[in-house]
Amino acid sequence: MTNHSNNPAIGGKTSMKTIREAINDALREEMRRDPTVIILGEEVSGGAGCDGEDDAYGGVFGVTKGLMPEFGRERVIDTPISEAAIIGAAAGAANNGLRPVAELMFFDFIGVSFDQIFNQAAKFRYMFGGKSKTPMVIRGTVGGGWRAGAQHSSMLHSIVTHIAGLKVVMPANAYDAKGLMVQAIRDDDPVIFLEHKVMYDIACEVPDEQYSIPFGEASFPRQGNDVTIVAISNMVTHAITVADILAEEGIGCDVIDPRTVSPLDHEAILESVEVTGRLVIIDEGNPRCGLATDIAGIVAEHGFYSLKAPILTVTAPHTPVPFAPELEDAYLPSAEKLMVAVREVLAAGRSGA
Amino acid sequence: MPYSTEFLLSAYRTMKTIREFEERCVKEFEGGNIPGFTHVSNGQEAIAVAACIDLSDKDIIGSTHRGHGHCIAKGCDVGGMMKEIMGRATGLCKGKGGSMHIADIDKGMLGANAIVGGGPPLVNGAALAAKTLGTKNVALSFNGDGSANQGTVFEAMNLAVVLKLPHVFVYENNGYAEGTAANYGVGSNSLTDRNAGFGMPAECVDGLDFFATYEALKTATERARNGGGPTAIEAMCVRFDGHFIGDPQLYRGKDEIKNARKNQDCLKIFRERVIAEGWLKAAEMNAIDKEVMAEIETSVVDALAAPHPDPATDLMSDVYCSY
Repeated sequence: MTNHSNNPAIGGKTSMKTIREAINDALREEMRRDPTVIILGEEVSGGAGCDGEDDAYGGVFGVTKGLMPEFGRERVIDTPISEAAIIGAAAGAANNGLRPVAELMFFDFIGVSFDQIFNQAAKFRYMFGGKSKTPMVIRGTVGGGWRAGAQHSSMLHSIVTHIAGLKVVMPANAYDAKGLMVQAIRDDDPVIFLEHKVMYDIACEVPDEQYSIPFGEASFPRQGNDVTIVAISNMVTHAITVADILAEEGIGCDVIDPRTVSPLDHEAILESVEVTGRLVIIDEGNPRCGLATDIAGIVAEHGFYSLKAPILTVTAPHTPVPFAPELEDAYLPSAEKLMVAVREVLAAGRSGA
Repeated sequence: MPYSTEFLLSAYRTMKTIREFEERCVKEFEGGNIPGFTHVSNGQEAIAVAACIDLSDKDIIGSTHRGHGHCIAKGCDVGGMMKEIMGRATGLCKGKGGSMHIADIDKGMLGANAIVGGGPPLVNGAALAAKTLGTKNVALSFNGDGSANQGTVFEAMNLAVVLKLPHVFVYENNGYAEGTAANYGVGSNSLTDRNAGFGMPAECVDGLDFFATYEALKTATERARNGGGPTAIEAMCVRFDGHFIGDPQLYRGKDEIKNARKNQDCLKIFRERVIAEGWLKAAEMNAIDKEVMAEIETSVVDALAAPHPDPATDLMSDVYCSY
């Protein structure tokens, strides 16, 4: 289970919750608290206009299940399959008094809605001279592992991280998912909230009460002085696996989960590298112009004299996500691949300062 | 008299303000005082004014790259606009938007939009907010015969019908999507027939006739305000200038623009109508002309004297509310 040592202590009752349940809790509580919060997307409830059951889906992964029965179709809005219209409606509504949470069933669908995200929502405040605010959340599922092939498995966080005006959130456990979703809804800027689809059933203790986690503050699921591993989203799981194995060998891994990649907690990474002098970044995205190269660049520019060995990255290759299980397994970064890189970086370069 | 004198004078003043603003933009652009790309809407004034004259600041419009007229019709400050278009720190958007991204949220002006078809999905959002919050406000998007062919506009029209949103879709059909004729680019030939196919009331009006356009839009806006959902109004009009200032317009017919300015000028048509009907006197409108000319002159003088943005403070601000 993830160590939340740097999170503020939250009193009161906790419950074992999956990431799916934690996000659902966050949405429900915020909708109860604030009548301007609405949800819209494809089958966020499901069954609109059909003869069968209402709330038949609750989102294709069941994250918004049960919200329509409580809040009604006026606030949990099933839309046609029109991603540009979904994002546009959320952005326009956000400028006019609502706090919409729009769902892109699979984040790969930004392709047909990207103009509304990066040319419209992201740029409003700047283009309008600071006069507007756009408090919207775009939820989307990312990542491979479901054998869903090239158009339902992409890890496109780097594309949105590139865009000024957007914030990008990538929780790796249920505790963070709830607190970050609460913050995302209350935030006055457009927030991209990326949920890894293989992680929905992973559980940990989550406070029953509502709490928020500030953006731009990394967490440290494992701490150590020998090598820094930066991991996000599902890659945190692999980083913890590697750290726990190496801990038995007496090697301390400092595992950093930035939790939000825009804003990014530069300081946490640079401070860790200052101690360890060795850095491996694991990222499920493609290798070029990605988060891994971005973080490597930041450390090369601002932490060069702390480094005892070259920075290594573990990423997907420069290909689309393949379908066949053998190919997808080979495509995805893994604990094994990370272990190879960590051992390499531990063996390489100058010995201790 | 079906219209009050105050209404008629207001309509004329706003149309004339747009005309003079746009003609002056051309002059200032050619004089090197306006950076970037600028698209003017002279010739199309009647539609902007007919659409916005009854709207309040709480009603929202979304505009296009050819948005100056919509801004003025919606009540945006002309001086602030001229400063913005010249890239000055005291412009409506602090010089960060410019002609193609000019906006004033306080006036219910959700922005010009340099992405053709970018606006209607957003205007749906404004309409959704009005519906959800029960404000009775309406939202209105301006489109052209060009944006009419964008998928975003199709999606927006369908969603507006599905959710019964208070959204009036206005199509300014000036016959040209940049340098391509509408009768080439609109496959169905009739925008209005196609609009009706989305399941909303759709009407085509003479956009040179302020009164015909106003009556159609009034009905559409009232329908939206009373929960009747979206309407599409296509208004036929003429673009007096190029797609952008400086466009040599080689695609236009011989004498087409000269004839349009002579015979298809919505301001002249308005004047002739109100004089013929005995609703206004020429002298009243001539007086307005003088005031408008003075206002535009002042806006240019002030804008040219206005401070430029300071990169040290203005470049990095206004990206986020907090980061």
